[in-house]
Amino acid sequence: MSVFLKLTLTELKITFREPVYIFFTLLFPVLLIAILGNVPTMQETPPELGGLRLIDVYAGLALGLAIGIIGLQGLPSVLATYRERGILRRLATTPVRPGLLLGAQLAMNLLTVLVSAVLVYTVANLAFDVPIPESPLLLLVAILLNCSGAFAVGLLLAAVAPSGKTANAIGTFLFFPLMFLAGLWVPRELMPELLRRLGDFTPFAAGQDLMTDALAGQSPAFLSITVLIGYLVICGAAAVKFFRWE
Amino acid sequence: MTVIEVRNLAKRYGETVAVRDVSFSVEPGEIFGILGPNGAGKTTTVECISGLRTPDSGAITVLGHRAGDKALRSRVGVQLQESELQDKLTVREALELYSSFYPNPADWRGLVGDLGLTAKVKTRYGKLSGGQKQRLSIALALLGNPEIAILDELTTGLDPQARRDTWDLISGIRDRGVTLLLVTHFMEEAERLCDRIAVIDKGEVVALDTPGGLVQRAGDEQRIRFRPSVDFADELLTELPEVRELRRQGSRIEVVGSGNLLHAVISVLARDGIVAAELTLEQASLDDAFVHLTRGE
Repeated sequence: MSVFLKLTLTELKITFREPVYIFFTLLFPVLLIAILGNVPTMQETPPELGGLRLIDVYAGLALGLAIGIIGLQGLPSVLATYRERGILRRLATTPVRPGLLLGAQLAMNLLTVLVSAVLVYTVANLAFDVPIPESPLLLLVAILLNCSGAFAVGLLLAAVAPSGKTANAIGTFLFFPLMFLAGLWVPRELMPELLRRLGDFTPFAAGQDLMTDALAGQSPAFLSITVLIGYLVICGAAAVKFFRWE
Repeated sequence: MTVIEVRNLAKRYGETVAVRDVSFSVEPGEIFGILGPNGAGKTTTVECISGLRTPDSGAITVLGHRAGDKALRSRVGVQLQESELQDKLTVREALELYSSFYPNPADWRGLVGDLGLTAKVKTRYGKLSGGQKQRLSIALALLGNPEIAILDELTTGLDPQARRDTWDLISGIRDRGVTLLLVTHFMEEAERLCDRIAVIDKGEVVALDTPGGLVQRAGDEQRIRFRPSVDFADELLTELPEVRELRRQGSRIEVVGSGNLLHAVISVLARDGIVAAELTLEQASLDDAFVHLTRGE
């Protein structure tokens, strides 16, 4: 077994011993869909949604919530803690580079998001007739881009935060406005123009637009793709540049 | 052939000079100690040797490679201070994971047995005691079957029994042909384990010798105290070349001197039929040597 696979499986194993992580990444999104699906107004089709129901849009948002929690709260605090506790430093004395553990964390979180996506869309489809996207590939690309924006921001947070606690605090501080702009409280399509424009340039909102596009069978919005790749490149490069290993 | 060669190592962090000028070399199969007060630059020195830090100047060669060369990572095992593991990782998982990093890993079961951790293999790291964490850390450093093991403060936080067990283990590792570089501030540990010791103070090597050699530098002064069965004239002992001073404290006598002091004094007393009761002998220890060498000017 390759070292990277072994590291990823080990990270997966110890992360899944964390009940809070399982709850927020796998259970909470499904729970949210189950609750919202039973709210009558969720069946409505406001003209702004172009034929989709509110609950259809919320399927993407529920998954986006899990991605946001991982990106802004899970990833940065775990990585900052690994640095704080000398785990990265110990790895640096072995033939394995500590960067591989970062890679394993990213892979493990991505895997969790994919499992969560299967759960969310299965429940949403079976219980509330949320359509399965015509092109699962587009949905997969949307999920991957959504993750790359959120994880890149998380990596940058981990790079600059002096401790796991600080990383967690900054992550929580960013989480709510970004989730708001992504439409968790009011779908983006129903927001005033100014808020929607503002959201266009934030990672979770751009990710959510791609999820909606995939569900509606539309070609993905160029702006959203550009914004997310921009976050990936800029935050990713900054994280690589500023990451302190100890 | 030397295994580790450090020449004129210097390292500063901003304005703070951690290591000013350190040079020494370590021979194959020896246990080499680095001893010094807190903040002397011991840890920075071994971090540079381990390749974790880049020296500002000076040269370090390890097994014929420049320090930090990636070829060394599988040949040098390092146990650092304050390096932890993930709390939810079990001892067994940690050992299996770290074994997979090395081309030729040791059997972790054997190591765990030697370190007295066999009963703890299913325990999560977060539930281990400080001493158990420390022993796991030593096991991880030895997992790759290294030619050199660098152990920083290896028995700090261990109880006296665990400390002695660890010393036995270290002697066992040396017997397998591993060269050991130990950082410590325990005199007893240095004295028991090390073939040679570099005493570092304020970023410089102030002495490099065997433990016995270091003790001698502190002065070869010895002190004998006893209560004689019959009184005698001072000259009886002060005439001896080994005796420097004789003091009387009531009925007790204190003799200060050097060389083979005890033998000389006892011989004279025996010749004259004087019995020395409650006799004690005090010799300079590595503690004295250490204080003597690292005392502020």
